[in-house]
Order: sequence, then structure tokens, then C-alpha cells
Amino acid sequence: MAGLEALIDESKIIIVAGPGGVGKTTVAAALGLAAADLSAKKVLVITVDPAKRLADSLGLVGLSSKGSRVSSAELDKAVGHKVEGKLYVAMLDAKSSWDELVNRHAPDAVTRQKILSNPIYKNISSRFVQSHDYIAMETLYELYRSEQYDLIVVDTPPSRHAIDFLDAPSKMADFFSSRLLKWLTIPARNRLLMGMFRPFYQVADKILGAQFLSDVAEFFLLFESMYAGFVERAKSVAGILENSSTSFVVVASPESVPMTEAEYFVSALEARHLSLGQMVVNRALPAYFRDPAAILLAHKLQDAYEKFAKEFLQKGSSLQFIKESEYSQARLEALAERVLLEVADSFLNFSGVSIDEADEIAKLPIDEELVTLVPHLNFDVSDLISLGKVAGYLASGAEAPTM
Amino acid sequence: MPRSRSQSDGLLDRSLVFVTGKGGVGKSSVTAALGLLASKAGKRTLICEVDAKGDVARLLDCEPSGFEATEIRENLWLMSMNTEEALREYLRIYLRLPVVAKLGPLAKTFDFVANAAPGVQEILVVGKLCYEVKEAKYDLILVDATSTGHIVSQLASPKGISELVRLGMVKDQVAWMEDILYDEAQTSVIVVATPAETPINEALELAGRIDVETEVHLGALIVNKVMPELFSRSEEEFFTSLQDPKASKVLDKVVAGDIGTLLKGSNAALDMRRCAAPYVERLMSSAGDTPVALLPLMFGVGTGMKLVRALSEALSAEWDELLWRD
Repeated sequence: MAGLEALIDESKIIIVAGPGGVGKTTVAAALGLAAADLSAKKVLVITVDPAKRLADSLGLVGLSSKGSRVSSAELDKAVGHKVEGKLYVAMLDAKSSWDELVNRHAPDAVTRQKILSNPIYKNISSRFVQSHDYIAMETLYELYRSEQYDLIVVDTPPSRHAIDFLDAPSKMADFFSSRLLKWLTIPARNRLLMGMFRPFYQVADKILGAQFLSDVAEFFLLFESMYAGFVERAKSVAGILENSSTSFVVVASPESVPMTEAEYFVSALEARHLSLGQMVVNRALPAYFRDPAAILLAHKLQDAYEKFAKEFLQKGSSLQFIKESEYSQARLEALAERVLLEVADSFLNFSGVSIDEADEIAKLPIDEELVTLVPHLNFDVSDLISLGKVAGYLASGAEAPTM
Repeated sequence: MPRSRSQSDGLLDRSLVFVTGKGGVGKSSVTAALGLLASKAGKRTLICEVDAKGDVARLLDCEPSGFEATEIRENLWLMSMNTEEALREYLRIYLRLPVVAKLGPLAKTFDFVANAAPGVQEILVVGKLCYEVKEAKYDLILVDATSTGHIVSQLASPKGISELVRLGMVKDQVAWMEDILYDEAQTSVIVVATPAETPINEALELAGRIDVETEVHLGALIVNKVMPELFSRSEEEFFTSLQDPKASKVLDKVVAGDIGTLLKGSNAALDMRRCAAPYVERLMSSAGDTPVALLPLMFGVGTGMKLVRALSEALSAEWDELLWRD
């Protein structure tokens, strides 16, 4: 990443976004590690749903929105030298973050208890996927305001569209300030007004049952007591997206579907005048697969593998593994043919994929400097050492990685 | 009444099949491939896209469909789920309401309530699908379902609704939906994964949750994009010997070029396969009685109909007994 140091220097918040299945969590964690290495900052990585072994190796046990520190000895080992910064990790716990929010905003203990036990609330806080987007932002805001960390790296929740994350605070504010909310709470509030809406309630009652509607009404009535604080809060949360010290890192893998979604996210950032810090293209095939000379050779080999196999066995007859082979000449020849053909076929297969990938990357309407490639790795990122390697790729870029 | 079927029925012999999995694993292409196979076998097949991103339409090289199903080729229909329209249809059918005028604010309100109580949105999705099963206009409904996070709440929504809504018409209707959803002769779920840590873990976790939290039958686990084996054992030994500098030098001369890059490429492919293998094994050993099908990584077919055809060929060549009874 050309400007990684600058990005780390200038940012207080880095939001890592992108479509699902592209290695977003890994990139976020590696970015945090790189930040602790390249600066003396106190860095927090908030992840949403890390792969289990990565979570274990980071010392993430169970859900906790509070940061826990990665030991500096482990960090030093991961990057191979003394690390100046400090790294903390936390995992988003949507349910308890919602409860905390209610605790903070509820006017009194009775209201608080009523909200926490309302079935609609329980549903929203634990199952409502969109609410994860909001609560992630909310948690981020709280941590940011606490000024406990110099830099917070956020791994965004998997949602239908990466963009949902950006809109979560304003959607939440709309949600609680909607006129419809007032509609729903009318029956509980004013019998007289109720008459006007009778046809609506008759239908709604018939379909959903009165109990459900009154649960909904109770929920909104209770929430109304927290409404002002809540909307204000959602606006402040939205505000931190616009801070000049907030940057976005968009992650994608170099296939057409995720790249299209990532591009869409980048243009949405632009439309909101938010700044793209970096685009990370994860799991790119190494550039040698696009080497024209190698591709030509693979075609040649594919066309005349039988001839080449025979010649190789003749010219290489003094090679130890041929001389000492227990196979008959015919068997050896068949073996050589199959191996050479497979080498050529497989190279051309990957060349095709790699060329498609390069096309996808070239199509990106983004300044080349803002694009960092992380190669397809021949190991799993499941511990700090391997995470350190990814951090290394982020720092240096990876045009021709060794595999 | 749906005809009764035996437990050993193939996936495509059922009436309602959900295809789910973590984002990026290719569940839309698997859904499209299954749809192509079923329709070619003469089954009137409806593919329903729940996420409504239009991925299936793109894969089948056709225009995205709306809520109203469109026939995109012989025996194959496509629709996009839309909860607002599902609600309108529901009200029209069951309440015989003089439509639009009264529905405007009502639908809006429902949308709002649906946001507050996810059960409502989900029951609308599941309700529409079960309704289509009941109407029997199609032999098979394939659902390109939401990704792993959401599917359990969808499948469990009739149950959830009975807990939330204690009275009313919806409550009564949940019963026949449950009859369809929880009958393994009619309904099944396929979980798709790719051979990497998170997708496999999520698939196994999801399989467990489907078993515990719903009564829906888990039909199969499909591992998509599996790297094919490059070499047999004797071939791999030979390949390793080729990498000896002396051998490479001879080969360089024979082919009049630098064989090293090509060998490096094969090594990378071998590494990728080696890296993925333990996950496939883990899935197989943890799957219990659930069948596991492997689909190869498709090279050189790009995307769209070519990919769908290649996948459907791989499915019928290797996993025929999983798809059909006979």
C-alpha cells in the first residue's frame, strides 16, 4: 500500500468495507497489526465475525465489545522485530450493545425493564440483521469518544450491500422519527383519534392479532421516551463518518461480482464526499501467470507434449531419477507426457483466470496508487504469524509475490 | 394434497428447495444449474431470487424478473421476491380487499412493522413460497435464498410468528406453511460452501442450526469451486523430480524456453489444493448422514450461461443419484 503509513498517520478511524466472502476480516486485522507496527499508536480492531482460529489466535474469547490486548511478545514474533504500537481486539456483540444503549437512554428503571423484556425489542436486538450495521456504528462512536485508542479499525458486518453500513445511522434516525410510528401508537394513546384509523386497525388486527399490534405499540411508546436522545445520537454517529480523520478501505476479490459491488461502494463514498483511503484487492493470482513468454511456452507444450516428453527422456537419460527409475521406458514416457500436458493445461487455466482478474482491476475507476494487491496465499491466515505476512503485503504491495 | 414420497427422494424430486451459503460461494450459480437441470428434465421449475440482486438472471443471460414470474426458457420461470408485493398479493387473496387505494398506507405501515419485527418480513417470503407450492403451478421451486445469517430466521419464521402473534389470521395460516416446510418429502435445504475456513465453518454451523432451530430437512452440502487434483501419485513424484535444477535445465533446452515459470504455476496450484483439502475433509467427516457433493472449480468458462451449463453437467455427471430418485 503506497500510502499506508500516511493513512495510518492521518486516520483515527479506518472503516474496512466490502462484499462478503472476500477476506474483509483478515484485511482489517492485518491492517491493525500493520498500524501497530508502523506507528507507535494504540490500535483497536473491532471485528464482527472472525474465523474461529483467527479469533483464538488473537485472544478473542467469546463476545466482548471491550478491547483485549494482544501481547507485545506475540506481536514482535508476528512481524519479526520489536513493535512500537499496541494492538487491541474486540468483537461486536450486537445484543449486549443494544442493551447498553437502552440502559443509557432509558429515562427510568421501569421503562428500561419494560423495553428489555418487550418481544419486539428482543427481536430487533438479536435477529434484525440491519440493526447490526447500526449497532456497529454505535459501538464505534462510543469507543471513539472514549479516546482510549489512537486508531480504531472497524471490520463492517456482512450485509446485503456493503453500502448499508453507511446509511445505517440515518436509516435508524428515520425509523424512529417516522410519522408511521405515531400511527402505530395511536390506539394506545388516543381512543378518539382511533376512530379515524379504524379501517386500518381492523385489517391489521385481523391479520396480525391484537396482541402483536399492542406489543408493537408498546415498544414504540416506550422507545418514544428515548426518542430525542436516540435520534440525536444517530446523527452524531453519522457525523463520525464525515470526520476528516475517518478513512475507508474497500476490500474485494478480483472477480466480477465482488468487484462490481466494491466499485459501487466506492462511487457511493464519492457521492457522499467521503474519502477512499485504499482499495485492497485480495487473493489476486501472481503476475507470472500473465507472462506472455510463459503463456506461449505453455501453448507450445500443449501442442507437442508427446514430442517434448520423448526428447526429454532421451536428453535427460543420465538424470538420476530417470536412470534409476523402475518403470519401463513406455511407462516413463506416458508419465512424462501426462505431467507435461498437465503443467501446460493448468498454467493456461490459471493464466485465463489471472488475465480476467487483471482486466477487472484495470477497469477500476480508481487511481492506481489507491489500489493494493494482496496475493492468493498458500497458507491459511489463522495465526498472528500469517497475519503478519498479510500485513507485510499491505505495507509493500504485491505485484509479483512468490507462492 | 401433495403426494407422499419416500425419504430417499432426490433433491429435485421435491417441491421446495432452498439454496443457501456464505456470500461469494456461488449459491446463485448452483441454484441456476439445478434449475437448468430440472427444467430440462421436464419439471416446471420456478427459481425465486430472495436477495433480488439479479444474480440468477445475469447467470442465465436474461433480463431480471419482477415479483411476477416470467418464463425464461422452456419449463423455467424466474421471479424476484419483494415483501411489499407479497403482502399486497396476500391481502388481495385472503382479505379480498379492494386493492391499491386502502393498501397504500397499510402496506407502508406493514413495511415499517416488518422492519421492527423481522418475523413479519420473513413470513411473507416463506408464505409466498409455500403458497406457490400449495397452488402447484410448478413442480419445483428453487430458492436462491439469503446468505447464512438470515436463512435460519426465515425457515424458523412460522415458529417465531406463532410466538409473537398469538391470534389472528396469520397465526392460522402458519399451520399449513409448517406442514409444507417441515415435510422432508416436500422441502429441503442445500448449503453451499467453498473449500476455505470460514465458508466451511459457516456451512457446518448453519447445518447444525437448521437441525436444532428448525424442522426443515437438510438435503445436501455442496462444496463448490474445488480445485481438481493435478497429478496422480506417480505423476506428482515425476513432477517433483522435474524441479531438480539439472532436470529443469534439460527441459529448458528441449522446449527452448524457461520451464521454471510453468513449474512454479503448477506448484501454486498444488499449494492451493493442499490448502483447501483439509476443509473439504472436515466437512465430509462432520456431515454425518447429510450427503456432500463436490463441484470442481470451472476454468475458462467465465460466467453466465457457460458457467451454469458447466456446473449442471458436473452435477448430473457426478451427483445424479443425489438429484433424482431413479
